[in-house]
Amino acid sequence: MRSWKAAILAIAPIALATPEAAQAQGSLNVYCSVQAEWCTLIANEFQKATGVKVSITQKGSGETIAQIKAEAANPKGDIWFGGTGDPHLAAAEENLTDVYKSPNLPQLHAWAQKQAADSGFRTTGIYAGALGFGINSELVAKKKITPPSCWADLLKPDFKGEIQMANPNSSGTAYVAIATLVQVMGEDKGFDYLKKMHVNVNAYTRSGTAPMKAVARGETTVSISFVHDGVTEALAGFPVKTATPCEGTGYEIGSISLIKGARNLENARKFYDWALTPAAQRLGAQAKQFQVPSNKETPVPPEAPKFADMKLIDYDFAKYGKASERKRLIGRWDTEIGALPK
Amino acid sequence: MSRATPTRAVAAWALIGLAGFVLLPWYAQQEGVLAFDWIGGLWSHADSASGLALIAAHNRWWLAPLLPVLLASLAVGFVGGTRRQRGTTLVWLAGIGLAIFWLQALSIGLRGWNAEWLTLTLGEVGGRQVGIGIGATLVLLSLLGLLSLGLAQRGAFGGDAFVAGAMVTVVASIVLFTAWPVLRILLQAFNSSDGTFAPALLLDRLSTAKIWSLRCLTGDGRCGVAWNTLFLALCCGAGTTMLGLAFALIVTRTGFRMKRTLRVLTVLPIITPPFVIGLGLILVFGRSGVVNQALDAWFGIAPTRWIYGFQGVFLAQLFAFTPVAFLVLIGVVEGVSPTLEEASQTLRADRWDTFRTVSLPLMKPGLANAFLVGFIESIADFGNPIVLGGDYGVLSTEIYFAVVGAQLDYGRAAALALLLLAFALGAFFLQRRLVGTRSYATISGKGDSGLPTPMPAGLRRLAQWIALPWAGFTALLYGFVLVGGFVKIWGRDHTPTLQHYAKAFAVESGPNGLIWTGAAWGSFWTTVKLAAIAAPLTALLGLLAAWLLVRQRFVGRSTLEFATMLSFAVPGTVIGVAYVFTFNVPPLEITGTALILVLCFVFRNMPVGVRAGMASMSQIDRSLDEASATLRGRAWQTLAHVVLPLMRPAMVAALVYGFVRAVTTVSAVVFLVTAEYELATTFIVLRVINGDYGLAIAYSCALILLMLAAILLIQLLVGQRRLGRRAAPAPIAARAGA
Repeated sequence: MRSWKAAILAIAPIALATPEAAQAQGSLNVYCSVQAEWCTLIANEFQKATGVKVSITQKGSGETIAQIKAEAANPKGDIWFGGTGDPHLAAAEENLTDVYKSPNLPQLHAWAQKQAADSGFRTTGIYAGALGFGINSELVAKKKITPPSCWADLLKPDFKGEIQMANPNSSGTAYVAIATLVQVMGEDKGFDYLKKMHVNVNAYTRSGTAPMKAVARGETTVSISFVHDGVTEALAGFPVKTATPCEGTGYEIGSISLIKGARNLENARKFYDWALTPAAQRLGAQAKQFQVPSNKETPVPPEAPKFADMKLIDYDFAKYGKASERKRLIGRWDTEIGALPK
Repeated sequence: MSRATPTRAVAAWALIGLAGFVLLPWYAQQEGVLAFDWIGGLWSHADSASGLALIAAHNRWWLAPLLPVLLASLAVGFVGGTRRQRGTTLVWLAGIGLAIFWLQALSIGLRGWNAEWLTLTLGEVGGRQVGIGIGATLVLLSLLGLLSLGLAQRGAFGGDAFVAGAMVTVVASIVLFTAWPVLRILLQAFNSSDGTFAPALLLDRLSTAKIWSLRCLTGDGRCGVAWNTLFLALCCGAGTTMLGLAFALIVTRTGFRMKRTLRVLTVLPIITPPFVIGLGLILVFGRSGVVNQALDAWFGIAPTRWIYGFQGVFLAQLFAFTPVAFLVLIGVVEGVSPTLEEASQTLRADRWDTFRTVSLPLMKPGLANAFLVGFIESIADFGNPIVLGGDYGVLSTEIYFAVVGAQLDYGRAAALALLLLAFALGAFFLQRRLVGTRSYATISGKGDSGLPTPMPAGLRRLAQWIALPWAGFTALLYGFVLVGGFVKIWGRDHTPTLQHYAKAFAVESGPNGLIWTGAAWGSFWTTVKLAAIAAPLTALLGLLAAWLLVRQRFVGRSTLEFATMLSFAVPGTVIGVAYVFTFNVPPLEITGTALILVLCFVFRNMPVGVRAGMASMSQIDRSLDEASATLRGRAWQTLAHVVLPLMRPAMVAALVYGFVRAVTTVSAVVFLVTAEYELATTFIVLRVINGDYGLAIAYSCALILLMLAAILLIQLLVGQRRLGRRAAPAPIAARAGA
């Protein structure tokens, strides 16, 4: 008898498997790609408002779309909340998300409505954040250099080896930066600019948020990042200032999408509509995140970088959100900049 | 020699299968099988019906052939015939049963037929299938049990049912939980992005300059990720082996007085959650780190960013993986027979010659294993390159971002993973050639009364010169990390505070006893529970596999050996995605459960158990097994009473590693955790991403304490191996320690 013990021990746990398939009435599985506290807040508040039982799984937007893709044959999530817009657009393009036109759509800012229309109503903006510079104010003062306020400033010899940006192969943030430069300067001039800036860049990090963290810890003086991330670091006590370039800058649209084949479709739609209301969008600021909410009625937190103070370009999400265009631009960056010696 | 057991065993296994088929629900239950809400619907409801009811009342004709197979097997238990005939019949029956089982399970899924051509050729199938439940699982187990009995009765594996059972267990579980998912994801390398089969794409994907460029040598560009990975892994393998050997020699062969401290220090890095070493290194060596700031303040040397890139990753990997090399080597160094060394000295060889020509060659399997583990750990490592790599890309980060980055290209990720596997395979075969087929057995049945020879003085000094500064350095790094949990903002505002610990681990007393209000408790208990379940399974399966690989001769031995290494060499991210791919759909629909996490832990960490077991087992003389066999000990008795007690260090290594890696692993489980089963590491990583380092460090320190406690407990439970060797008399020890 003893000879079976090993066999039983090794495989027995299968018997205890209890595949969870939340088909019971009144539940919702949310994949959440914003910061942890914000995720918890929306889960609790939605539960309070509707009585629907929410279970929330928090992951970065890249990881979430990878998961949705892997689960496509048998989806486990119902709705995907937050995270930068490009992966949401990619999911729409790959037919991983469903069309849904929320009745609350007309209450949104024009940029959010346009993005929804561009994606064929497969995704909708819930907040936006502008691209800009993160600056370590202590290092700038110590080196006695003027903090950058325009794209052109980053080419100054003062910043030799002081700039960090992410690698567009891995980071959506870096791709937004390149697409922005292409839209601000024209494609050839934009790449020319990136080539000139290369001597000032100390590293193209793999992760999009890493440059801002490096600024916070004083590992680099300037980063090209989303400015609201800088506000978060500053509130955490680091000497971080932000600026947006005077020539104009692009922005990301944090989005929400309905996952194709959602098991709790009704609740997912309810959540979708709710996420576009001021009551839900207020929670971002409560969780110390300072993007600009997409509903016109949502009060903009005072700490948030104001869109009115920036020169925003008319970012063409339809064109630059496409997989083919992204592949082309990243490919060009790879051969012209990524392969350059340090 | 006729034994009564085999026929009884056959009947028992067949009955288990029949019970599963008739009395228990075939499919997985919504609320879990322990809810027992299925009892009422065992016949009437298709969702909770037993296999028999499904055939009779619910038109699931494809399950029907399994019933005669089980009944026939039961009959085999009662009819006569020679052992061999019974065995052949059983192997056939079980083989057919398993084939039918998997054929129907894989071809009929959630929406009827799983493939379109099946619908076209066979017409609509009248029904759908969800994941298998307890009934189907028992049938599967019974078929596997019958198969092993059949094999044994046919005379395979020396006719020993235990060996056959162990073999079937190991092979079946590795096929199910390693080979199947891994191959599934690797096949993606041959598919284009829209899912069509296009093998030519693989060449495209693998022949880009980004992978193979050598331009960094000529100074006009960067080198490809493949070279980066290979170079780093070679350095890491060599470095960790050397450091590990130095530590192992000091601990076992010198009278060094702070051995215990040294042991703890060498173990610390393995029980450190990911990112902590990287962040600690940045704090010490980063541009704003203490070293650079001090250099700047005292000598006016401008702070540099040298830690980012190859140097930083290499340093971090040395920290992280030296302990693994140490754990592999210590058993080996201890096991080298002093008698042989004494014999060498009797033949007038001096200590150095003895070490060079006797001790070192005997350690060869251990050294090769340590190098292999270091090499593979390095190529599969993700946490260190991501924190410290800067521009220095390696395959694991490249793969991660091919999956989650802006490209979203599974095909490219799979192609790169194939490349990574090829490196692992190369290292594996190189190691086998180096070690060769010579005998390294030095633990034999004869009492070994030799004294461990003190190391040659020069070597001792070298080992101490290498190991002690390193140990000091480790202590320093951990000092910093420890402090980090007790200050307001690590690296900025050093006001002492307990707020991070309070936030993570607050406990309040309420009216109904304690309330665990800290943010970390949920993930903490889940982690402890799952790791405690996974560790013994990991060790058991790993050592069992090692025993089979070293002690049994069978066809396909090296294939099995490589298959055990498969999940180790594939980066965690790929494993994670592979598990979701494979286990999110029937027949094994286990995503979202704790089970998938445990399985992921077990099969990802088993290779270290296998390596440690193999290294330590190849030192144990076969004549011991033979002696046991001569005394009519059966295979399992030999294993339990002779081999295992001699393998305690390997057992400790496997258990410790199984537990520790389950607690610290991150990239593999990112896709498997759910709201219900959150793990400590994923919690920590989220805090790190949010810049909440204080909380992350406080939690990490708590985890380190937990793992230390677990290690002590494991060592206490398993105990030391007692080799028949004399203790060295005091004078030599004193001299060696001087």
